[in-house]
Amino acid sequence: MQATLAGLGWTGRYLWAGWAGLAGIFCLLAAWQAGHEIYGSFILPSPAETAAAIADLSRRPDFGTILRQTAGRALAGFAIAAALGTATGLVAGYSFAAMRLMKPVVTVMLGVPPIGWIVLALIWFGSTGGTAVMTVVIASAPLSFAGALEGVAKRDRQLDVMAQSFGASLAYRLRTITLPHVLSYLFPAWTTTAGSAWKVTVMAELLSNSGGIGGELATARALFDIPQVTAWLAITVALALATDYGLLHLAREAMERWRSAGLPWGVKR
Amino acid sequence: MTAPLVFSRVGHAFLGRTLFEDFDLAVEAGETVALIGPSGSGKTTILQIAAGILEPAKGRVLGAWRRQAVVFQEPRLVPWMTLLDNIAYGLAARGEPRARRREVAARLALEMGLEEADLPKYPTELSGGMRQRAGVARALAVDPDMLFLDEPFSATDVGLRRHLQNLLIAAARTRGFSGLLVTHDLTEAVRIADRLLVLSALDGRIAACHTLPGRPGERSERMVFEQVEAWSRDPVFGELFSARERRR
Repeated sequence: MQATLAGLGWTGRYLWAGWAGLAGIFCLLAAWQAGHEIYGSFILPSPAETAAAIADLSRRPDFGTILRQTAGRALAGFAIAAALGTATGLVAGYSFAAMRLMKPVVTVMLGVPPIGWIVLALIWFGSTGGTAVMTVVIASAPLSFAGALEGVAKRDRQLDVMAQSFGASLAYRLRTITLPHVLSYLFPAWTTTAGSAWKVTVMAELLSNSGGIGGELATARALFDIPQVTAWLAITVALALATDYGLLHLAREAMERWRSAGLPWGVKR
Repeated sequence: MTAPLVFSRVGHAFLGRTLFEDFDLAVEAGETVALIGPSGSGKTTILQIAAGILEPAKGRVLGAWRRQAVVFQEPRLVPWMTLLDNIAYGLAARGEPRARRREVAARLALEMGLEEADLPKYPTELSGGMRQRAGVARALAVDPDMLFLDEPFSATDVGLRRHLQNLLIAAARTRGFSGLLVTHDLTEAVRIADRLLVLSALDGRIAACHTLPGRPGERSERMVFEQVEAWSRDPVFGELFSARERRR
């Protein structure tokens, strides 16, 4: 009963917090409308025209396929980048030698602009989804790496000693002590990674002409169909927001409930 | 019957400074030994070596017990686990089934004066005293035959300290575990321990060893205070605790 009430309270607070987000979005829509009224439909179609274009696009028979294609690439890239970055970051956090070995590699990966990787990926993979996935992985993995490395380095060693004194195995200590702590460093990295995964995927699709939302953007640009361009951009932003608030934010709230548990009612988010 | 914990000629150094050398100690079965001494005398290091948290630089440590538990100075509860899961931590680490460990943890929590409504709470929602009770409950939950106590009640108020000391004495009598207690508090040592070892801060040697009369829990408060008062007039204790000032 108490758990149900706590769950209801939490859902209420989560939804209520949405109003602040909606207010921000409406401010942006107002600025967009003002820009449209100054420059006209050809330069900047209005939010209403964009909404109408989205409605038109959603009636296309291949609309679902296009979204699934881009979503598949972005999520695959995100998942590989998060897994690879986290795993290597954990190893580097525990082993000084591994950290010394991997840090320059990560610096190189961060230093090369994503557009450079797209050119290389185009040569390696051609006009396929592999180009987008590889670019997302390379552009995003270093963030998870840095988050995991920082999390392990700043873990509470006294808790580790406590667990050791009870004879906890390394695997059990990792699962109950280190990983929950590292998660608080990984979530900000994953949120950034998830957002950039959509952007990088669309960019790679546009440049490699490999279909998806990027491919549609290229076509709309060639046809000077500006409302369609803004429609696809709005759809991309909506997908990125859905990943952040619908997936990562919920997971974070559920896994880090302990953090806000001790706060007084007025401070709880 | 052999002593479950034996130190023979154990030595340890920290950052080039020798803490103690040729340290000998034997804790008999069912006996609680208190190590008392000024800061820097190496008492916590001895406890950590005994509990297997630290490797000694020299000498041999023989440990013959089945299950150990440590109560730390600060409760060291896992912040993302509920009170119940924290108390059950040692049992979970040993692979006890979930239902059984939760049952044991809930029973011990109630014995420690915690309430059922507190069990699903996280450590941030609990008071300092409740956290310390949970730390003691977590140690007793594994049913240890060797219990290490590292200044366990030094951060608690007088009333709670007495309460937790009494709980511990009662648990030691019913369960019969051996114990090694590190403390600054002479009164606590006289209440809980069977034997008292006084460490010197100058060379980390045992400066004095006293076997206390009677059993813990059977000593009257009057006897405890008279004993502490007698020792506070003893030149060995006086010199040891003023040695700390000289070193500064």
